[in-house]
Amino acid sequence: MGAGAVVSPLLLGGCSAHPLPGEGKVSRTPTYCDMCFWKCAAFVEQENGQAWKVTGNDTDLHSEGRLCTRGTGGLGSYEDRDRLKKPLLRVTGADGRQTFREVSWEEALDFVAKRLQSIAADYGPDRTALLNHGSGANHFKHLMRAYGSGSNAEPAFAQCRGPRDVGFELTFGEGLGSPERTDMEHSRCIVLIGSHIGENLHNGQVQTLAAAMRRDATLITVDPRFSVPAGKSKYWLPIEPGTDIALLLAWMHVLIDENLYDKDYIERYATGFDQLAEHVARYSPEWVYLETGIEPRLIRTTAREMAASAPATLVHPGRHTVWYGDDTQRSRAIAILNALLGSWGHKGGLYIKESVQLPKYPLPDYPKPKTTFRTAHGDRYPFANEGVSNALIEASIGPDAHYKGWLVYGTNLPMTIPGIRPQLKAAMDSLELVVVVDTMPMEITGYADVVLPECTYLERYDDLRNAGERHPSLALRMPAFEPRFDSKPGWWIAKQLGQRLGLDKYFPWEDYAEVIDWQLKQVGSSLEEMKKTGIKNFPRTRPRYFSPGQAVHFYTPSGKIELYSQQLADKGFDPMPEYTRPEQPPEGFYRLNYGRMPAHTFGKTTNNPLLFQLAPENTLWVNPLVANEKGLTNGEYVRLANPDGIVSNRIRVRVTERIRPDSVFMAHGFGHRSRRLHLTHEVGADDSELMTNVKVDPLMGGTGMRGNFVTIVKETV
Amino acid sequence: MAHYAMVIDTKLCIGCCDCVVACKTENKVPEGLNRDWVVEATQGTYPNLKTEFRSERCNHCSHATCVYMCPTGASHHWNGTNIVLVDPNKCTGCKACIAACPYDARLIMHPGGYIDKCTFCHHRVEKGLDPACVSTCPTHCMHFGLLDDPSSNVSELLRTREHKVLAPETGNEPNVYYLI
Repeated sequence: MGAGAVVSPLLLGGCSAHPLPGEGKVSRTPTYCDMCFWKCAAFVEQENGQAWKVTGNDTDLHSEGRLCTRGTGGLGSYEDRDRLKKPLLRVTGADGRQTFREVSWEEALDFVAKRLQSIAADYGPDRTALLNHGSGANHFKHLMRAYGSGSNAEPAFAQCRGPRDVGFELTFGEGLGSPERTDMEHSRCIVLIGSHIGENLHNGQVQTLAAAMRRDATLITVDPRFSVPAGKSKYWLPIEPGTDIALLLAWMHVLIDENLYDKDYIERYATGFDQLAEHVARYSPEWVYLETGIEPRLIRTTAREMAASAPATLVHPGRHTVWYGDDTQRSRAIAILNALLGSWGHKGGLYIKESVQLPKYPLPDYPKPKTTFRTAHGDRYPFANEGVSNALIEASIGPDAHYKGWLVYGTNLPMTIPGIRPQLKAAMDSLELVVVVDTMPMEITGYADVVLPECTYLERYDDLRNAGERHPSLALRMPAFEPRFDSKPGWWIAKQLGQRLGLDKYFPWEDYAEVIDWQLKQVGSSLEEMKKTGIKNFPRTRPRYFSPGQAVHFYTPSGKIELYSQQLADKGFDPMPEYTRPEQPPEGFYRLNYGRMPAHTFGKTTNNPLLFQLAPENTLWVNPLVANEKGLTNGEYVRLANPDGIVSNRIRVRVTERIRPDSVFMAHGFGHRSRRLHLTHEVGADDSELMTNVKVDPLMGGTGMRGNFVTIVKETV
Repeated sequence: MAHYAMVIDTKLCIGCCDCVVACKTENKVPEGLNRDWVVEATQGTYPNLKTEFRSERCNHCSHATCVYMCPTGASHHWNGTNIVLVDPNKCTGCKACIAACPYDARLIMHPGGYIDKCTFCHHRVEKGLDPACVSTCPTHCMHFGLLDDPSSNVSELLRTREHKVLAPETGNEPNVYYLI
């Protein structure tokens, strides 16, 4: 198939229905999906040499052989006419106007390497940072470490799941990781706190929650909004926004007060129970009712339901947990509640993960970087065990800034980090080099000196998938198509830069397939085998759950589950979670609630021509009382304004009872400003630009996004 | 005759529309058109609410008014089953079937110049496979099979679960069932 000459019946239609689908010559290529971070194994099918469909790989236990909406729509990312096509270099014209010039790969790579060399000579290679997201980032993590940088940050930490993992690490000595170690398919009771599984379509999460529902598990959902899982729940607790910690403490209170907690488990594995019992004594359901609006009777009933099913009760840790700035403490509260129920290490709770012991391709050691991301944190965020993206950006502003160059891979920072645009602009003015590697002309490319067009996951090799989870397995991603336009695989880009930087010894392969084949051969498989199967499952070597009475060492300082955290006390933080009342909206303002929709992964897929047809724009949910008061009708366009004067792009009203009268809701990922995204440009509103009231978590630097307020501005016709 | 039915569990459906994309890619449905879609119906007042999600499509009615009304014989029951198909070579695009369908399940207009609709993926059914929508659903809320086989999954579900069909009053005898 000629690059750039692909005409797909998928998008253009035509008289394709006469021969039935699949009657022609069908071929299939294995991959694992990159439409989100879940990495489900799939087959890309072509009929008569034309792209046809992407379907789940039946042998993949991680996804049970089924893809989600976005995975099924994966071909849209390949077909997208707006893809980055050629390397771009920022040039300044005679009139001072900056534009991008299409250049050859040779010129773009030479430019980047030359700048990286001058930064290394003038300041040191450690004065550069990698900001990244996604499975393809490994090639650039490798490049940057070989070059001598020790700074890497993913918004997945400080803008998403960081507080949760840190909260669980402080309690159990281990985080949840991705995929989460939740054993929902065996749970008898599941508690969701602000987690709207089903609206966020994390495939394994959705499938295991559905499996639990098929087996009539009790579902308890805490959410101010009538979310999809709220509608499936035996108990929906429509909580006052921001009062979750109070509810969690009340549940602990009931479990301890009524002797419903797992005494044997706590005695065997935990430390600090007496302090905890004393701490939660004052959080009676009656007191907490005044904060949360949840009736004492309902708090007690739900606590008893949890205890009745324990240890097969999962208080779900959630994923996007950066809400109010006390998020690590809220996650601690969830972790402690799970401990009281004995769910960690038990069937139906949180299982023990296992991955495949896959040897690394033999390469020389990396040089030791002079500084790491911790330099950017300074003495803040003592429990951030990964780079805090917002801190790295701050450390890139001004003539004396620590960072002098960035490589940005697969993350659209302006829409990912709340209210970050002014800082990004300042950083761009200070930095000597900004390289963006992406498949699409996302907003971040507009900040770049050089844009390097990567081909999509359907056109490249990446590292084998090998995540810790229920069943150890490896999955292959290989090219189903030749790269379209002048795009290139990430591994090739990294190697080309490595060679120009004199780092050849770190890139001894001609083709990344060699690395994959070598690794597979160390574990009794081969690339040849995997090209047919896509998946190789391995037996577990250790049990998935604790055995009765088993001695367990937890990776905490005490070796036990820490209900009371001395680590936190030593650093001057609350050793047990405290509740603080959230900020209330000013008069005339509504709480800005946001979330996901199943058709899209953040703003990454809104221009995907297949998924765009499903969900072209987001809507603003308003309660009928608000609609009545403001004279809003379904489908009309409004704008949102925040107290700092930021006004959103226009967004359609959706009048629904599913939202409280004091809040509005929208899905994240819309309102793109990039003119090169032809389908999604200026369609819908962007929640992240309205988030200028960011509450930073002092423990780990997470950017709390839920304390933002907006007014509704009617559009003049 | 083989009597095919689809049974969809609204208690499990999350309205993700994976069925819609799977159908579009499997059947190469042209841009802007869908053969299936998802309806969200919410009842009540905050916080006493109930939401139902339904994946909808052609009901492949046993008494299909579209088949009776088609003047050219393009709309027909496939091979003596209840699966309703449109023969593109016979369809003149007159839209009589659209007026006759109580479910608004037909597409105007395939760029090839004929009325298009859900086929229950009969090209897959022939091979013993489920329709594309059923085979991809991440919640496993969709089921497909033979109602004239009492041991089939769909027969079993309809025997044991409360269910409904849409617009039963038409007398069309629709074959897409919703577990409620």
